[in-house]
Amino acid sequence: MLGGRPAGSPAALDGIAFVAQDAPLYKNLSAADMLHLTRNLNRRFDQGYAEARLGELGIPLRRKAGQLSGGQQAQLALTLALARRPRLLVLDEPMAMLDPLARHDFMATVMTAVADDGVSVVLSSHVLAELERVADYLILMSRGMVQVAGEVDDLLACHRVLTGPAAEVGRYAEELCVVHARNGGAQAYLLVRTNGTTGPVPPGGRRTRSAWKYSPWPTCASPPPRRCPVRRAPRILNRRR
Amino acid sequence: MTTLTVPARPDRDASLRPVPWRRMAWVTWRQHRLALAGVAALFGVAAVYLLITGLQMHHAYAAVAACRPAGSGTCRQVAGDFLNTYAPGVGPVLGLLQVIPALIGAFAGAPLLVREFEAGTFRYAWTQGFGRARWTIAKLAPLAVAVTVGAGAFSVLVSWYVQPIWGAGDDNGPLYPTIFDLRGVALAAWTLAAFAIGGLAGILIRRVIPAMFATFAAWAGLAFATGAFLRPHYEAPLTTTNPNVPHHVWVISQLWTRGGQPASLSMINQTLHAVDIQAVTPGRFQPGPATPANIDPVHYLVQHGYTQLTTYQPDSRFWPFQWIEGGWLLALSLLLIAATVWLVRRRAT
Repeated sequence: MLGGRPAGSPAALDGIAFVAQDAPLYKNLSAADMLHLTRNLNRRFDQGYAEARLGELGIPLRRKAGQLSGGQQAQLALTLALARRPRLLVLDEPMAMLDPLARHDFMATVMTAVADDGVSVVLSSHVLAELERVADYLILMSRGMVQVAGEVDDLLACHRVLTGPAAEVGRYAEELCVVHARNGGAQAYLLVRTNGTTGPVPPGGRRTRSAWKYSPWPTCASPPPRRCPVRRAPRILNRRR
Repeated sequence: MTTLTVPARPDRDASLRPVPWRRMAWVTWRQHRLALAGVAALFGVAAVYLLITGLQMHHAYAAVAACRPAGSGTCRQVAGDFLNTYAPGVGPVLGLLQVIPALIGAFAGAPLLVREFEAGTFRYAWTQGFGRARWTIAKLAPLAVAVTVGAGAFSVLVSWYVQPIWGAGDDNGPLYPTIFDLRGVALAAWTLAAFAIGGLAGILIRRVIPAMFATFAAWAGLAFATGAFLRPHYEAPLTTTNPNVPHHVWVISQLWTRGGQPASLSMINQTLHAVDIQAVTPGRFQPGPATPANIDPVHYLVQHGYTQLTTYQPDSRFWPFQWIEGGWLLALSLLLIAATVWLVRRRAT
């Protein structure tokens, strides 16, 4: 469903553009042919936008898609999707195969489209650091289960990573709502949910993010609450494979 | 990012029509022109060969056709010489042409969808505004029509090619298995069916080489089963006890009876031992060194109380059989194509 339009209807197909992992393109077709192909397969296609973008990116129109670099292929696939002027852009790990520079360029194109056209984006990625910069809403999945879901700002505000001596983990686990614990030899890493409570840093612990205070947390719900309150429409999806 | 809420506009959406079909014409042509060229080349090479050898054969046949009085000993000799020269070459050619539908099914039909799976491009193609089911139809239908028309045109050439062989009195009539499915509507129908099998194999198997082999195997099984079990029963076969079976009929089975009981081959051979003839099958006899001249084993057996029971389809049933076979193959092909489209629609990822 998209805005009340049933899946598969012409309106829904028009409104959603999808770029799959590895940006599949017909390798034997030139970039110009891919534009022509996409124009023929869709009601709306902004040929001018697409050609201008490929020009900016320095992607030669005559070059076969298979001969473009990985970053250029991803950009071409993204350009094809954006030229359809969708309302919703779905990106499935589009940057998995890209080098850091190409990732940056790719996200820049996405963010420009968001700013210029107001397109909504659902992006799946396992690079959390990149999501923090661009995402409004985050769903974190692990082993097919939703681990956390919520506004990125809220998630950052109500979760903290504690680093401390491994020997003292047991003490924290009793006092704090530990979402995830990882033992790195002498050091232990704890992801804890603060639920907005403030207080001093527990003895022996070290704060790792912005300033926060810790106060004794007497009742950690068991099992701990998995979600922060959902207030806005989902924007960013993170999927772990 | 900013939150964007676009209100649905049902009035405008309801009037939205799907992307027109003709837009897919360019797509199908651009992506499959090589496959079409391959099919054209296949028919082209075969056609050139048939034309060259066929023209030679027709040229030689002119002497047979011009022989007067027809049916005289001299004319039979001329026709016999013609058949001895050309008939042995025709059989293998017709045998080779049998695989044309399978080649088209395996090389044009099977890769159609499989290549999208192998390259992952189905994720691109099926998420465009055209819609995946319509995309599949727009690819399968024009190519199916193209290969069917090509095969139909080619079968006209095959009919022309084999004409002199029958004119000169070759035994195998138009219902003979290796020629029946190359003429009339049968070649076109078999090509269409093989193409449809290839399309379905593509979505079921999703890897090019296995899908091609599966197409070949399915076609071979279907073609064999049709020739062996189905086609002889399109209409109830005729039986005759007349040893002079009409010319050009399709003999389905022949057996000997004596006194109302079926006669085994050894019984026949016992009788024929007196004239040193060996029956290889109930219809084929091998004369020995002591065989008297001008003895006809069939007549000899009839004289000795045997009756030859022949089950056959007369050659006048050629066109009814063609329409029956063409009809069910067309129905099967449409069913297979519909199943392919349905599977594409149903596939979730």
